[in-house]
Amino acid sequence: MASSNERHIVGTSVPRKEGRDKVTGAARYVDDMTLPGMLYGATVRSKIARGKIKKISFDPGVLWDDFVVVTAKDIPGKNCIALILDDQPCLAAETINHPEEPILLLAHADRHKLRKAVEAVTIEYESLPPVHSLEESEKQSTIIWGTDNVFKKFLVEKGEVDSVWSQAAHIVEGEYFTGAQEQLYIENNGVIASFDPQHGVTVWGSLQCPYYVHKALLALCGLPENKVRVVQMETGGAFGGKEEYPSMIAGHAALLAMKSGRPVKIVYDRMEDMVATTKRHPSRTRHRTAVSKDGKILGGEIEFVIDGGAYATLSSVVLSRGTIHAGGPYYWPSVRIRTKAVATNTPPHGAFRGFGAPQSLFAMERHMDRIAEVVGISPIEIRRRNFLKPGQTTTTQQTIHEKIDLDSLLSRALELSDYHAKKKRFAVENKTGTRKKGMGIATFLHGAGFTGSGERYLNSLVGVEAGADGVVRVLVSSAEFGQGTNTVLCQIAAEALDLPYENVMIAQPDTTVVPNSGPTVASRTAMIVGKLVQSAAVGIKRTLSNAGLLGDSYTPEQFRTACREFIAAHGALKSEVRYDAPPGVYWDDEKYRGEAYAAFAWAVYVAEVSVDLASYSVTVDDFVALQEVGKVLHPVLAEGQITGGVAQAIGFALYEKVIWQDGRMVNNQMTNYIMPTSADLPPIRVFFEQNGNIHGAHGAKGIGELPMDGPAPAIVNAVEDAIGVRFNSIPLLPEDLFEALQRESLEAVTSSSNSTRGTR
Amino acid sequence: MRADPTDYKLVSPGSLQGVLSLLSAEPKRWLPIAGGTDVMVLYSAGKLPNRNLVNLWNVPELRQLEVFPDRIRIGATCTYSSLRNHAIVSREFPLLATAASWTGGIANQNRGTLGGNIANASPAADSLPALLVYDAELTLVSLRGERRVPYREFHTGYKKTVLAPDELIRDISLPRRFSGYVTYTRKVGARNAQAISKVCLAALGRIANGVIQDVHLALGSVAPIPLRLTETEQLLIAKKIHSSLFGTVRRTLIQEIRPIDDIRSTARYRTAVAGNLVVEFLGKLTAESARS
Repeated sequence: MASSNERHIVGTSVPRKEGRDKVTGAARYVDDMTLPGMLYGATVRSKIARGKIKKISFDPGVLWDDFVVVTAKDIPGKNCIALILDDQPCLAAETINHPEEPILLLAHADRHKLRKAVEAVTIEYESLPPVHSLEESEKQSTIIWGTDNVFKKFLVEKGEVDSVWSQAAHIVEGEYFTGAQEQLYIENNGVIASFDPQHGVTVWGSLQCPYYVHKALLALCGLPENKVRVVQMETGGAFGGKEEYPSMIAGHAALLAMKSGRPVKIVYDRMEDMVATTKRHPSRTRHRTAVSKDGKILGGEIEFVIDGGAYATLSSVVLSRGTIHAGGPYYWPSVRIRTKAVATNTPPHGAFRGFGAPQSLFAMERHMDRIAEVVGISPIEIRRRNFLKPGQTTTTQQTIHEKIDLDSLLSRALELSDYHAKKKRFAVENKTGTRKKGMGIATFLHGAGFTGSGERYLNSLVGVEAGADGVVRVLVSSAEFGQGTNTVLCQIAAEALDLPYENVMIAQPDTTVVPNSGPTVASRTAMIVGKLVQSAAVGIKRTLSNAGLLGDSYTPEQFRTACREFIAAHGALKSEVRYDAPPGVYWDDEKYRGEAYAAFAWAVYVAEVSVDLASYSVTVDDFVALQEVGKVLHPVLAEGQITGGVAQAIGFALYEKVIWQDGRMVNNQMTNYIMPTSADLPPIRVFFEQNGNIHGAHGAKGIGELPMDGPAPAIVNAVEDAIGVRFNSIPLLPEDLFEALQRESLEAVTSSSNSTRGTR
Repeated sequence: MRADPTDYKLVSPGSLQGVLSLLSAEPKRWLPIAGGTDVMVLYSAGKLPNRNLVNLWNVPELRQLEVFPDRIRIGATCTYSSLRNHAIVSREFPLLATAASWTGGIANQNRGTLGGNIANASPAADSLPALLVYDAELTLVSLRGERRVPYREFHTGYKKTVLAPDELIRDISLPRRFSGYVTYTRKVGARNAQAISKVCLAALGRIANGVIQDVHLALGSVAPIPLRLTETEQLLIAKKIHSSLFGTVRRTLIQEIRPIDDIRSTARYRTAVAGNLVVEFLGKLTAESARS
């Protein structure tokens, strides 16, 4: 990033591009938009988990002539949400596979008329036996998907695992569970669709991946590429929850628009959004680990299973990331990792920040504490003895070329959190009182970008163009949804062009304007797309300099003059760059072996908790999040990402529990699905190390998902440290803690605390 | 929003007389609405059965908070914010001021009213245990006249009260006789703010020469109604606090409460926490009495 200029834009906290509009209320979300003649749409959903539709009847008390009604029969193209396996219908035609499955669509000019109309549609079913848990699905006594209820399996093998058991001083086994989690973006899912025969379908929506929606609409509507246009509106949060679901709601609005010839808006309320859309995959992980006398991992078997819900959707990809992260940041001389995604009759689980990694890493990091206990060394020492080092290989046999030093990272985190002094103090203080304190750590990694060959398949294209006024525009399909895409990509382009940040803008993602730079997922935007933006921006400079219009160093005014002259002569000034896989990268999709990710971010998190034995609740009192992320492009945004991710993961660990009844979420309201408030959160202290990364723009790696991975195990490790009770399942609610204490040692704990209380 | 606004009617008489006349003429037809923090949630979810609403928000007679030498009289539509910010309430009735600070967020506290909280009669309401331990008295009015009801006799079953269909709660009186008492209140909810309680205890007591002279205990969320623990109170009177007493206290308390399993928690958990909170209160009572 040597710049001839004094100006450094990358690495500084410039104002957010859309910040002023968001603060002043000028930002336009989809529900702020109204089109002439627009109708409102609503969805009639299944009330059963599995079965056949026998009959649909319409209550004669409703003026149905005023409504547009769409069923599967009205679909002009293929009745599916095109994604990977195309197994999910857009509207159920005959078969129901989960509660709340869309069956029929209604639209009306008065949105208040819709609710009663939805209830006036009666659907008669023939019920079939449903499957409601991962365990039930595995038993295969009822087959609900394919021939074996399995969406996808992976097997990772390294070394000779079968030979290690006889050499082991200890064999440590453990079973770990994580629950579903709702993304809870502030803005619910919503879209507007319009249709006319000349222009085809246009969808404006709250979404992460304009080209995913584009692809799904092509198949559903049976239209050619130039007759489908997708525009991303300002998006109020996503967290993965707007990766695949917008294709569904966009499809619904498009079908209503095509049938009525009028624009149709569908915006879910919170209850519908929570009950019907995707959540984080529940998981179960089993570890069996062979360990030497001095605590070195010799090898192990890991079995990781996720509950995918009723359709395949993204489960195979979530499983892939969970599989590759299952071994954590440790060196495994040998390992066998068997994983699968199974079907249940619940709405499909989907993308959510971390994407499988928080699940398998929760298990790994709880298991490390368990191994430490069995070996008889500290949670710190067990990690030090097993950390991956440069030159060693991961479970997929990817050689670590980065100069990562996890030992020092851990030491720094312990120092920042005052770990040892606190441990000592709590050991004394915990002897009395009803608040027990503990410290827990988690060390982990998160791969940035698509897995293995994924980036090669995506084949992303980005553009940068300059106008005659010298203003540069970044053209990408990467979406801003609060994480800072707009700002960071403009910073990168401005730095590459030696221009002030204010002179670079970003185009609104619109498939008729921006090229397909891939989905806005997988912590890939800053690293992969950022690098392409940087190259495209350099391309503008090179074009102008090759034309003899620009020297090595220049002022913004000279740049403007050069642009004006170039455009006068050639019509336009645009530079496009396509993803080019780094040479020597090897990935075997069959054996799941090779370079899984171009780069990893590395982290050590330390949680300090107290457990209140009067209410059995856990409070996180302090949290240190230390991570190596290559290069911090925007300190304020980066810290915000980490803080927000840690907060969301505290919810995952201690608060957020989806209550299922017959495959349906029954606590689909924010009063009963508990996410932590600011009053529940500790100071979250964020620290970075920046070792750089040759694959990312200015050395950046991905950071968006990383903070979701570590907090849950760190917190549950800290709870065990505080009260000596082992928990292997999250969310860990006060009721769980109470029941466990009942089982273990309630009497001892209360009698000692009560007597201190009485004599104080 | 799931309701159709054209299905609903709201009238706003602007005076107590006007509201009572309406209730008297068609007693079961009208649902009084003050701040709307309960009613509008149901409305928005499309679950509000009452189609005819009568507005209490602009009835001045219900808004006053008056201080007398022996009691304070809180108008039924006094908001949580007004209670939190009132000097006498904060000083002499800290359990009520604290409960007001727990209810919803600031916007809810600016709209939500004490009378509404009572009339809505949720066993999980934050302010009701405090009213129970302060021996609150309600004034109920209708065109037929007014009557005074001890608050502890107001709730008769889950969401059932002695309020007649033509009656309104006009005010809530609290006697000013608890200045020497040790007070304790704790809400155990699913999170530290914006939560519905799983268990909520309000308690006050007085010790002389190491012996309990007077003690009031009330729990929310452990029975169909907010519950005053009269048996447990009786057990404690004239006793010295010692940990050997706690087992009996817990057993007596278990006899009094009727907690359930629901979407928020379990009966077992609620029972244990209720006992823990009472024990925690007794600890505080001992400690603070020893200090003074």
